[in-house]
Amino acid sequence: MSRDFLRQLPRASHAFQTQQNLLGRLHIDGWLLLMLLLLCGIGLTVLYSASDQSMATVQRQATRFGIALGVMFVFAQISPYHYRRWSPWLYSAGVLMLLAVLVMGVGAKGAQRWLAIPGLPRFQPSEIMKVAVPMALSAYFADRYLPPRLKHVAMGLLFVLIPTLLIAKQPDLGTSLLICASGLFVLLFAGIQWRLIFGFGALVSSCLPLFWMFLMKDYQKQRVMTFLNPESDLHGSGWNIIQSKIAIGSGGLDGKGWLQGTQSHLDFLPESHTDFIIAVFAEEFGFFGVLGLLLLYLLIVTRCFFIAVRADDTYGRLLAGSLTLTFFFYFFVNIGMVTGLLPVVGLPLPLISYGGTSIVTLFVGFGMLMSIQTHKKVLPR
Amino acid sequence: MKNRDFKDPIREIRVFTFRAIIFWIVVVCLVCVLAGRIFYLQVMQHDRYATASDNNRVLLQPIVPNRGLIYDTNGKLLANNRASQSLNLILERVDNLEQTLALLQSLIPITDNDFERFEKRRKQRRRPHESVQLRTRLSEQEIAVLAVNSHRLPGVTVEAQLVRHYPFTKSTAHVLGYVGRINEKELKRIDPVNYSGTQGIGKLGVEKFYEAQLHGLVGFQKVEVTARGRVLRVLERQDPVPGADITLYLDSELQDAAEQALGDRRGAVVAIDTQTGGILTLVSQPSFDPNLFVTGIDTKTYASLRDSLDLPLFNRALRGQYPPGSTVKPFVALAGLEYGHINWAHTISDPGWYQLTQGGRFYRDWKKWGHGKVDLTLAIAQSCDTYFYELAHKMNVDDLHDFLWQFGFGQRISLDVAEAVRGILPSTAWKKARTGQPWYTGDSLNVGIGQGYMLATPLQLATATAVLANRGRWLQPRMLKRIRVDKNYIDALPATEEVAAAMQDVTLKRDANWEKMIDAMESVVHGRRGTAQRIGKGVSYRIAGKTGTAQVVGIKQDEEYDIEKVKERNQDHGLFVAFAPADAPRIAIAVIVENGGGGSTSAAPVARKVMDAYLLPKLAAIKGEAMASHE
Repeated sequence: MSRDFLRQLPRASHAFQTQQNLLGRLHIDGWLLLMLLLLCGIGLTVLYSASDQSMATVQRQATRFGIALGVMFVFAQISPYHYRRWSPWLYSAGVLMLLAVLVMGVGAKGAQRWLAIPGLPRFQPSEIMKVAVPMALSAYFADRYLPPRLKHVAMGLLFVLIPTLLIAKQPDLGTSLLICASGLFVLLFAGIQWRLIFGFGALVSSCLPLFWMFLMKDYQKQRVMTFLNPESDLHGSGWNIIQSKIAIGSGGLDGKGWLQGTQSHLDFLPESHTDFIIAVFAEEFGFFGVLGLLLLYLLIVTRCFFIAVRADDTYGRLLAGSLTLTFFFYFFVNIGMVTGLLPVVGLPLPLISYGGTSIVTLFVGFGMLMSIQTHKKVLPR
Repeated sequence: MKNRDFKDPIREIRVFTFRAIIFWIVVVCLVCVLAGRIFYLQVMQHDRYATASDNNRVLLQPIVPNRGLIYDTNGKLLANNRASQSLNLILERVDNLEQTLALLQSLIPITDNDFERFEKRRKQRRRPHESVQLRTRLSEQEIAVLAVNSHRLPGVTVEAQLVRHYPFTKSTAHVLGYVGRINEKELKRIDPVNYSGTQGIGKLGVEKFYEAQLHGLVGFQKVEVTARGRVLRVLERQDPVPGADITLYLDSELQDAAEQALGDRRGAVVAIDTQTGGILTLVSQPSFDPNLFVTGIDTKTYASLRDSLDLPLFNRALRGQYPPGSTVKPFVALAGLEYGHINWAHTISDPGWYQLTQGGRFYRDWKKWGHGKVDLTLAIAQSCDTYFYELAHKMNVDDLHDFLWQFGFGQRISLDVAEAVRGILPSTAWKKARTGQPWYTGDSLNVGIGQGYMLATPLQLATATAVLANRGRWLQPRMLKRIRVDKNYIDALPATEEVAAAMQDVTLKRDANWEKMIDAMESVVHGRRGTAQRIGKGVSYRIAGKTGTAQVVGIKQDEEYDIEKVKERNQDHGLFVAFAPADAPRIAIAVIVENGGGGSTSAAPVARKVMDAYLLPKLAAIKGEAMASHE
């Protein structure tokens, strides 16, 4: 009763935080943290096997997890209020950096993804956009009348399209799709009309041939072709998908056992510790293991949905919702591609695959979610 | 400002919550799709992918059985297996093939022929990371050079394998044949499993005939390999069964003696152990180095062998079909005695020629002025043609055919010599089939002195002589003395379909004719007027023999022959058949010296040397024993 009263009080957050537990005061969501740590633990275990028992690799990854957790902690302390204020600036800076990448970026294997600014470590501006785009769109729609009107939708799409195209040009199809999705998720949560959703979907699918002809690079086309018929290119890109399917399929119900996967240990599975790591996991831990992992992912997503629904304001809701679905998109696309459901796009499996920047970005996102969860001006309903 | 421009927080929450629930349901559904997909792969398709995984990692490697060794009758190695290092390339690991090949060529000699073969092999189907052979028989020094430069040669490996080696090289080429690369035709015939790792197969001679025994049974090992083809461990192994070692009757020392005696003349020597039928010597000269063929002969060397006027690749002993000339006379005489056309007292007066009809064609004796009064013994000793013209005239050619047939003429009589040919033993039926013409008496006259249509191989002559030496008892000629089966030596020929039908012993109506004929043949060597009396000097044992001279026909004048060579090649072939000791024969021999002129001067001395080499140590041993027992 008193709570009912108190939750209507504006600007009284500080007073109630004292009633929260220690984690709450540290702006940490206990459940989310627990599940993330569990996922990281699984990730290190699989990585140890996938990297041919290279302790050095595992240590490097563990260090990254440590740094990323620290970053998450820092980001959790910052109030969503500030995120909302920074959103347009961060987005603008991100777009500028993406333009800079196109002009003066560095990279490898024919893709320009990295920006080397003197005095700063090399980084990928596209990683910043992974959070900047949902932040900017959430901020944009939080200020508008919802459900959004057509011109606002159009504006929002423009905001999404600019970084998407810039990143696709690098080229980095996986990240570009991911960022496009994260922006669209904001639109979906903002309450865009269903007819617009379906209409837009129809429009996009009718544009696909144009996309194919003018935007996609040859190697991307090749990937799609290979996806449609992996046997057409047994020793090129089809090899990966065939070998990953063999790895997964040969795992059976209970797997070959940790460190016992032959596909990865005998080098048949390429990129076994990065994008295709789920195949190693599936080979060694079998169907039950994969089921457990999927369940863990689902629980994390569910917890994030919970945070989003219980968020204080529209900005927090939209941002949390978008980050949640983006996380889902991440692992869904990765597992989908490794199992041959989706074409091969270069997306790692979140928190399991070996790799630097994407881990930090993911934890920044979780930090923001925790911030949204723990900086409540009003008590939960 | 319209009413709806104001934000409606409650509605926003409601819309968001509703959508969040919908999206959560969508998320759950999509996770279920993933789970379903994984279930499909891991549970429903598990067997298929488990097999694929095993196919990936488990490689079934054949283990080549060691080829059986071949020994001569005294236990000397005639064919063994030697380790040979070959240079191979694993193409997947070679960065730049052109550069690597150029570098290799600068380090060690590699012929164009090697490159040609390499290119051919490179295009053949192979497993990923399977190596492709570039050069064989690397020397120690070459291996060292390669080892020093190995850092510059990624993907280049030196592999060891066993290759066939013939220590006696040329000497045994026509006996053993050789092992060579399996060709397309053989590929269809052999068991692909048993030969899955084998590179060579017996092409000729003993190597071919006893291929099944020499090869052995292939073994297998299941190994776990990485995607790069590196073998990690052996999962399962089944040892191969090595090929059986075989021992031949061939006597390498005798072989050597025969070659020495022939010198650089073209010809053939076949000696048979009359007590076993074992082939002691089988020389065909000129010969070739069989080792050249083992790892693949280069085209230039092969062409020079193939196109040589001396036909070194041609096995004269088994496939050379020569007119037997006078060497056939003892057999013709036996036929005459058997059918009652002559007896030992039958005498003719030889003017130096024979005429079928008055004023007809002259069939000339080799002695222009004739032999005068000649009985059968003298006709053999002097090789009187006229005597045999008359005999052949009296005899029905088909009777002669049937009689000579018993001695193996016109047949393949050897047990394990695959290449041997039949020769020609003419008859009326044969002539009708061959030429469509009837048999003329003139044809008979020619056959009577071993000319005309009749052709025989040195092996056939030696065999017939052996039968004669054994007084009609047949011992079919054979190479194999014994074969090792499961650590035991078995003195038996393997049952193969290539083994010829057993021959019936030759029986005469009057057994005494054997001894009389042998006496007559002894007089060829030991008689005062014998044609081969020159080799009878200083011999400590009795030789029964018969000389022969075969006219060379059929050298085409339009062939581009050297003038000198044409002259030389128009000379007669010298032949000699003999066995010794005459009363208790141990060895029967046939010698032919191509274009050597008369048999008495060219062929007979060769036979004498071979018989000396074989008999003298044996006779000395017997004498020694006799002396020892006497004391």
